[in-house]
Amino acid sequence: MSIIENHKTDGEPFCDNPKLKARDVCVFYGEKQAIFDVSLDIGANEVIALIGPSGCGKSTFLRCLNRMNDTIDICNITGDILLDDENIYAPKVDVVPLRARVGMVFQKPNPFPKSIYDNIAYGPRIHGLVNHRDELDEVVERSLQRAGLWNEVKDRLHAPGTGLSGGQQQRLCIARTIAVDPEVILMDEPCSALDPIATAKIEELIDELRENYTIAIVTHSMQQAARVSQRTAYFHLGQLIEVNPTDMVFTTPQHALTEAYITGRFG
Amino acid sequence: MPNSGSSMEIGFNQHISGQFNADLEAIRSQMMEMGGLVERQVANAIEAITSGDSTPADDIIRREDEVDQMEVEIDRECTQILVRRQPAASDLRMVLAVSRVVRDLERIGDEASKIAVHAREVGGNAANGFSQQSIRYMGAEVCKMISGALNAFARCDVQGALDVVRNDKLVDQQYSAALRELITYMMEDPRSISQAINILWILRAVERIGDHARNISEQVIYVVSGADVRHSSISEMEERAQQDEQDHSGE
Repeated sequence: MSIIENHKTDGEPFCDNPKLKARDVCVFYGEKQAIFDVSLDIGANEVIALIGPSGCGKSTFLRCLNRMNDTIDICNITGDILLDDENIYAPKVDVVPLRARVGMVFQKPNPFPKSIYDNIAYGPRIHGLVNHRDELDEVVERSLQRAGLWNEVKDRLHAPGTGLSGGQQQRLCIARTIAVDPEVILMDEPCSALDPIATAKIEELIDELRENYTIAIVTHSMQQAARVSQRTAYFHLGQLIEVNPTDMVFTTPQHALTEAYITGRFG
Repeated sequence: MPNSGSSMEIGFNQHISGQFNADLEAIRSQMMEMGGLVERQVANAIEAITSGDSTPADDIIRREDEVDQMEVEIDRECTQILVRRQPAASDLRMVLAVSRVVRDLERIGDEASKIAVHAREVGGNAANGFSQQSIRYMGAEVCKMISGALNAFARCDVQGALDVVRNDKLVDQQYSAALRELITYMMEDPRSISQAINILWILRAVERIGDHARNISEQVIYVVSGADVRHSSISEMEERAQQDEQDHSGE
């Protein structure tokens, strides 16, 4: 498989009410180009799934959306990424508040080695979002409620977060992300380390979170993409091949590469 | 690799999983086999009526069970594929279409049996008198439609499928004409009514077979283009097929 010359993304990469806009984004790791001219809108209150074979650039693209790639020295990004029409790569932008607005949940649950309470309280504290202990208690409870974890942990808030099961830890990480009241949540294979029951709970949660947040999720599970997202973007060798409503992508995809990937015709 | 997806031919033997290839191939080939059997059942039923020889009728009624069993078995395999593979896109459409087609084939088998039952009842009497020509003509037409629909399925041939849909319209017209003819006979000679009613049931069964062949053709369009054209008019179908072709060639 080789890169398609001058490929224009099939389908509808743009939408009416974008929260995030990526325009002509290219990403280089040193000499090697990982992303080629990707332009894509992520609509407000939508879940968009980014799918594609390993190494296709979907995670790299996701990490551009809150400047997570800044932590890699040799990584160089061109093009624009606009959050509410503000370029997040503008020199004056401070990445710390940016990452509070655009939160991230990773593949492996990574709670801090602290209590459940402190895991949630950490963000609001450092961002100065709360003034009193009462307020903090409220944020912790509300975040755990929203993440569907409150009933399971309310009696042991001061037990270590690492003592929870994998699925609970992942919901704790989601609670930690939403504690700082983000606008966008990026999820990089959030269920790949979880069992089907924990996965179902996270998926249910994603659906509920959509009311208040914009969500971009990278997943290797086609069924998950089909279940949780409204739009699906297919990446291939760093190019954005097709973006269409999820229903359409999984029944009548527009591009041969999308079809080949979702039907398991190449890996 | 083509620049655009739509022009890609559907290759059902290209999955990473060889077993998946084999499973999809199996339901397709069994569906074709079932189609072959059903087509013979219909041809034999028409033959039994028009020749006045009711001996093939017994054979048709006996083999109906075989048709029913094939439907159940193929549908079971479709279910297995859905559970094990969670197919998407063209694979999903193929499995759904096969499941729908075997249902139509089974119903064609039922209609063939009905014709056979009437053949036994009317015996040699069906051969003489009116409407025999219509039965022969419509029977030949629907047999052609069944094989046309199955061939179109095998070749993913949308134009072939559209031809079958057009033929169904002709069969419907012939059916109406034959009904009018029957009514005039019944008005002329009330003694012919009971025989006319038998003929009417037979014509009705043949006409229904045409409808089922049309349904099969609609599934061909679904597999190839993804457009669900059930309950659409022929002009709507042609439009969508043409649209699909333009989408493909335009990129």
